[in-house]
Amino acid sequence: MVSALDRKLRRDLAHMRGQVMTIALVVACGIASFVASLSTYESLRLSQSDYYAEGRFADAFVTVERAPRALAARLAEVGGVATVETRLIRDVTLDLPGVGMPVIARLVSYDGGDRPGLNRLHLRRGRLIDPDRPDEVVVSEAFAAAQRLGPGDGVPAIINGRRDVLRIVGVALSPEFIFAVRGGEPLPDDRRFGVLWMNRHGLEAAFNMEGAFNDALFTLSPDASRPAVYAEIDRLLEPYGGRGAYGRDQQMSHRFLSDELREQEIMATTIPPVFLAVAAVLVNIVLGRIVATQREQIATLKAIGYDNAPIVVHYLKMAIVIVGIGSAVGIVLGIALGRMMTGSYTQFFRLPLLAYRVPLWVPLLAVAVSLAAAAAGAAAAVRRVAALAPAEAMRPPAPRVHRRAPIERVWPIRMLPVRLLMTLRLLLDRPLRTATTIGAVALSIPIIVLGLFWNDALDYMIETQFFAAERADVVVAFSDPTNDRVRYELSRLPGVYDVETMRAVSVRLRAGHRSYRTAILGTEDGARLRRLLDAAGRVVAPPPDGMMLTDRLAERLGIAVGDVVLVEVLEGSRRTREIAVTGLVDDMIGLSAYMNIGALNRFLGEGAVASAAALAVDRDGEAAMLARLREMPRVATVTVRREAVETFLATIATIVLVFSAILCAFAAAIAIGVVYNNARIALAERSWDLATLRVLGFTRREVSAILLGGLVVELALAVPLGWWLSFQVVDALLRVLHTEMFEIPPVISMRTCVAAAAITVLAAAVSALIVRRRIDRLDLVSVLKARE
Amino acid sequence: MEFGAAMSPAHESVFVARGLSKTYRMGEVDVLALRSVDLEIFAGEFIVLLGPSGSGKSTLLNILGGLDSPTSGVARWRDHDLASADEGELTRYRREHVGFVFQYYNLIPSLTVRENVLLVTEMAADPMAPEDALTLVGLAHRLDHFPAQLSGGEQQRVAVARAIAKRPDVLLCDEPTGALDYQTGKLVLEVIATVNQQLGTTVVVITHNAAIAGMADRVMRLANGAIASIKVNARRCTPSELQW
Ligand SMILES: Nc1ncnc2c1ncn2[C@@H]1O[C@H](COP(=O)(O)OP(=O)(O)O)[C@@H](O)[C@H]1O
Ligand SMILES: [Mg+2]
Repeated sequence: MVSALDRKLRRDLAHMRGQVMTIALVVACGIASFVASLSTYESLRLSQSDYYAEGRFADAFVTVERAPRALAARLAEVGGVATVETRLIRDVTLDLPGVGMPVIARLVSYDGGDRPGLNRLHLRRGRLIDPDRPDEVVVSEAFAAAQRLGPGDGVPAIINGRRDVLRIVGVALSPEFIFAVRGGEPLPDDRRFGVLWMNRHGLEAAFNMEGAFNDALFTLSPDASRPAVYAEIDRLLEPYGGRGAYGRDQQMSHRFLSDELREQEIMATTIPPVFLAVAAVLVNIVLGRIVATQREQIATLKAIGYDNAPIVVHYLKMAIVIVGIGSAVGIVLGIALGRMMTGSYTQFFRLPLLAYRVPLWVPLLAVAVSLAAAAAGAAAAVRRVAALAPAEAMRPPAPRVHRRAPIERVWPIRMLPVRLLMTLRLLLDRPLRTATTIGAVALSIPIIVLGLFWNDALDYMIETQFFAAERADVVVAFSDPTNDRVRYELSRLPGVYDVETMRAVSVRLRAGHRSYRTAILGTEDGARLRRLLDAAGRVVAPPPDGMMLTDRLAERLGIAVGDVVLVEVLEGSRRTREIAVTGLVDDMIGLSAYMNIGALNRFLGEGAVASAAALAVDRDGEAAMLARLREMPRVATVTVRREAVETFLATIATIVLVFSAILCAFAAAIAIGVVYNNARIALAERSWDLATLRVLGFTRREVSAILLGGLVVELALAVPLGWWLSFQVVDALLRVLHTEMFEIPPVISMRTCVAAAAITVLAAAVSALIVRRRIDRLDLVSVLKARE
Repeated sequence: MEFGAAMSPAHESVFVARGLSKTYRMGEVDVLALRSVDLEIFAGEFIVLLGPSGSGKSTLLNILGGLDSPTSGVARWRDHDLASADEGELTRYRREHVGFVFQYYNLIPSLTVRENVLLVTEMAADPMAPEDALTLVGLAHRLDHFPAQLSGGEQQRVAVARAIAKRPDVLLCDEPTGALDYQTGKLVLEVIATVNQQLGTTVVVITHNAAIAGMADRVMRLANGAIASIKVNARRCTPSELQW
């Protein structure tokens, strides 16, 4: 037997289905975003650690110029080192047919075979290399995909000046190259840089490195003291041109991946919980207001002898039904979105074990929070009504002690038409509620902005980094430091109208107990193509006797302008000297140090040499120039900026797009949820007044204007508040999001602000139209009877 | 039974109803609220509608006031066809010609006494000053009070002031004293009678109270959705003469 109250519940819910659906939608959005992003992050994190374990990713790394293989035994004896593996690595230019751009391949020796080594390959297609076939290679998957290569294809490579064709037998992933980044490049570029694993003997023979290695991998025992281990490795390798041992924290791919994961973590642990909290607060408010509109009914129930308990339970059931619908939709939606996001990250991260997992606590917590908020809202409202004597509660709505709003004393709004006055009193009567509504509507704006501003920030980053700082069209790196006269040769190439030479050198910077491996870039006086910008966007130049650092590098080393840094050169002369930091550079990507090229060369004890050149090139001459560059003997790599930017954008665009589309949809749902329910509740409270006005001869339009006019005022206040909130939220988010390699500038474009406001206003307009239809259907005759 | 044309102050008929019927559909059952009502009301008349609860008085008044449309039949106010008018036309009709007073006053709680009257005068063509209308009902001293600060009778007088301030052609009152005590009810009725006499407004008042009928030019008694009888008063009592 269904109790009378349950029947009332069923009818109430059916009657309020518009409100039930919109509130459930808000709950669903909060839960969905929480479930989707936390499950995605958990899936990524577990995939990373599983993959590192499976692929036996090394703990420490070192590069040398040339060391005898016999040294491996000495390295293995270093205290704290568990295993050592030596390798041969060389970058070569590939001569891919029909590819107009320069492509670099990193050849990495791979023993594979039966001895379980470090940084093991995870084969995706084909097979591993045959130890007896020196021309066989396994290709990295990202590169294979970008260049459409696969088993059976031949890759022509310029190896030590000779053109050899390498045979691809397999496609694989490596924990070392989840992001394949070439040293000195800010970002991975899978079309122009790939990894080829090949037979060690073939590689040794090709580069005259028989019995030698130039790269080593280590695993360390868990209790090893890293600085001590590194120092000992460095001491052993010093005579052989060791570049300094380092850990995973400075390994390029790991650093990118951990930065990405950290971003994911921050995204997952900041935005969705805020979202969930917003949804919870809204549900709390809205349910409370709905219950409050049933004030007379509650009073009547009490008057006819119901205890408070069954009444509270009755409204809790209402909350449970609404949150239940929202939870079901939210969890299903969240899992679907999480799957989709995890899938799109597979593309980006190329982690082989990317399995989608939903930790049980995530949906449970989300549902519990929503339910608690809804229940608290409903129960508090019931209790407020129940606290009144039934007789008092049965009288029309409560604290309506109408008085003039304080503002009327200052500003005589009495002079306004009475209809406007009604609208204003509607807002001023309950300032707290009006303020909550404004706040709640305003919240949808930062949510949309969070989805959209990435594009603005990226545009700005590209604008400053690639067009204000790194303005060269093409950057050429030489295989060895080259006499600066190379600039004249370069300037004669077709299409080249400006040349600037640069000198990059690997160093370790030390300040106190902190150190960092990076490169010092020497730039010309009055550089035009490689400029340095300070935090205010002004062009700055390093003085003859000092050095400038990326601001984040200075932070990492714990130094300020005026301090000195110990510079250890890791190549050639291997000099060491203290150099004063004279200024900071506002790079958005990477951590670098800068000096004047002349000063750097003097410090290195080298003449006027360059290791790279920046070129300004006409678009028309570019193809011919690239063809000529490929024939120049000392040119190691060529980077075309435009293409680098395009690749960068293409990879980021897909992820950002999905993310912003989801957030926009959620924000619209929230805006609708708030505005619609707010208007419905206002309508429920005022329908008697409004119907009276209709009886007195007011038209539908005039009556709607009185009620919806309040909404317009609320929106007009909510939008600027939302904009302000957006700046605060974005700023706060980027502050925590700030990673070592990247700095995303807090830039929000006018277009984004307008779009966010437009989506909110549109959502409000849709809600208003629905409410307007209800106003049109107001039953006039009913108001002449007793008030319900 | 004759229409009391001879007794009306003016011989111009303002309301005409012929075969007026109203059926409410309640699920499977049809409720016949009005069954083919014929009537005529003349300019300046004071009409009282009597009848038991559920006899169709409010339905009839609502149709005359343009709040509801009949299911069939003719209903006219002067040259306005109330039966076939659409929502917009009815709104205009109410706005320009009709003043209403209801049992539950229907004041806007967030507006002061003066503002409640202003609400109507602001959109009227030739209104009284709200202060004048409120003086007529004896509330000139309560202009800036909110409805909640007034007694029931005072609220009802505000409602009357609001209804007459635009100088309506007809004043329709549905149980205006229903929620009031005897003394206050009398006061409100006096105001309505004054309006009828001083402004020449045609007045239709619904009441349960047969005693009030003495004030009317004619008393129509409804039963079961039809007019059961019409009584013409030879002499109208003033409200102060009434006993109930
Ligand atoms: N909105 C409505 N829906 C259904 N029936 C109604 C409605 N309004 C009135 N009625 C019915 O019409 C009849 C006449 O009602 P009404 O005119 O209000 O009577 P009175 O005012 O004389 O008490 C009653 O039986 C009533 O139940
Ligand atoms: Mg009635």
